Amino acid sequence: MELWTSLPVIVRILLGIVAILLPLLGLVAYYTLAERKIIGYIQVRIGPNRVGFRGLLQPIADAVKLMFKEIVIPTRADKGLFLLAPMIAIAPALAAWAVIPFDAGLVLSDINAGLLYILALTSLGVYGIIIAGWASNSKYALLGAMRSAAQIVSYEIAMGFALVGVLVAAGSLNLGAIVGAQSGSALTWFWLPLLPLFGVYLVSGVAETNRAPFDVAEGESEIVAGFHVEYSGMAFAVFFLAEYANMILIATLTALLFFGGWLSPFPQAWVDGVFLLDDGFHWLLVKVFFFMFVFLWLRATFPRYRYDQIMRLGWKVFIPITIAWILVVGLAVVYKLPPWWAV
Amino acid sequence: MLDNYLPVLIFILIGILVGVGPLVLGYFLGPRRPDREKDSPYECGFEAFESARMKFDVRYYLVAILFIIFDLEIAFLFPWAVALEGLGMVGFVAMTLFLGILVVGFIYEWRKGALEWE
Repeated sequence: MELWTSLPVIVRILLGIVAILLPLLGLVAYYTLAERKIIGYIQVRIGPNRVGFRGLLQPIADAVKLMFKEIVIPTRADKGLFLLAPMIAIAPALAAWAVIPFDAGLVLSDINAGLLYILALTSLGVYGIIIAGWASNSKYALLGAMRSAAQIVSYEIAMGFALVGVLVAAGSLNLGAIVGAQSGSALTWFWLPLLPLFGVYLVSGVAETNRAPFDVAEGESEIVAGFHVEYSGMAFAVFFLAEYANMILIATLTALLFFGGWLSPFPQAWVDGVFLLDDGFHWLLVKVFFFMFVFLWLRATFPRYRYDQIMRLGWKVFIPITIAWILVVGLAVVYKLPPWWAV
Repeated sequence: MLDNYLPVLIFILIGILVGVGPLVLGYFLGPRRPDREKDSPYECGFEAFESARMKFDVRYYLVAILFIIFDLEIAFLFPWAVALEGLGMVGFVAMTLFLGILVVGFIYEWRKGALEWE
C-alpha cells in the first residue's frame, strides 16, 4: 500500500488502465470462442475443437492468422478515412471503461458525470461505422453503413430515455452512486421498479451493437458483410474487437444499472461478512457473464428482423414505453414510493 | 475535481493506441501484393458498375433529423432527472408539460408517416 501511494500519479493511472485493459482484451478474445462453442452446442454441433485442448487456443490462432494477412486498401477508397474508421470504432468502446466501477470504490476515475460520459462515448461508435462505409467506396459497405447508422441512432433514443429513468430512480449520474442507491436485496435492484426500461435497455443494447437479431448492418445473406466488407486482416480484427468490447460494456452496464452491480442478491443482514455471499466483485462478474450469455443466446435463437420491423420497434414501441415509464418513475420518486424510495 | 478526469483522457489516448497498434502490426507482418482485381470494390465478382457514392433514401436523412430532436430532449432530461428528488411536484409537473409538447410533435410525425419504412 505504501509502495502504491509512493508512485507518481501518472504511473498509477497507467497501471490502473493496464489492469482493466488486459483482462478486458483477454475476455474479448475468449468471448469469441465462447460464442462459437455455445452457439455450436445450441445447434447440436461441437464448435471449434482442434487448436489446443478442446479448442482453447482458437482465439490466439485466429489473432496470429489475421496478423499475417494483407490489409487490402481498395484503390478507390479514401485511404485516410478508411484506416481511421477502425480506430474510431475501438477507442470509445475501450475508453468507456474508465468510469466503470468494479466494486465499492474500485473505479479508475470516479467522476460525477459518469453516465453522461458513457452515453457520449457509446454515441461515438456510430462514426466508426459510417466512416468505414463511406470511405470504402463500395455499394455494400455504403448500404450497410446507412442501415446501421439509422438503426443505431433510433435505438440510442430509446436507450437514452431508459437511462433517464435510471437517473430519476437513482438521483445521480455517478455509476457507483447508482449501484449504491439499489442496495438492499435483489428486490430493491432497479430491474423491478424499472422493468419496462430494463427490457428496452437490453434490447436496445443488442440493436446498438448490431448483434443478431438486429444485424441487418452485416446481413450476410443480403449485403455480404455490410460496412466492413472491404476490410481485411488486422483492420477487420479491430472492428471485431470493438464489437465484442461493446457487447461486454453493455452487459456490464446492464448489471450495474439494473441488477445492483457488485451487490449480493441476499438481504445485507443475512450475508454480512459471509465469504462469497457478501457484496463483491464476483457478483458483478456473475451478472456480467449472464448478460454476455444472453447476447449469444439471442443470436442462436432468433431469426433476423426485417428492417422496417426494426425501425417500427424502436420508434413506435420503445419510445412511447420509455416516455410513459419515465413519468411513472418520476411520480414514484416524488411520492417516495417504498421500498425503493422510502426516506 | 478536474484530477478525476485525467485518467479518462489517458484512457482515451490508450484506446486509440489499441486501435493503431494492430494496424501497424498488420502492416509490417502482412504481405502486400496489390493487383487491380483485388483492390477493386467487391461486387459479387462483377466489374463494379456506377459509382458507389449513389443516391440513398431520404428517410435515412429524416431519421437523422428526428434523432437530433429527441437526443436534445434527452440532454434536457438528464439534469432534471438528477435533481427531481429536490424539485418535488413542481419539477415533475414542469417536465410533464415539456414531455407533453414533445409527445405532440411525436404524434404529428407518426401521423405524417415519417416513421414508416415500407
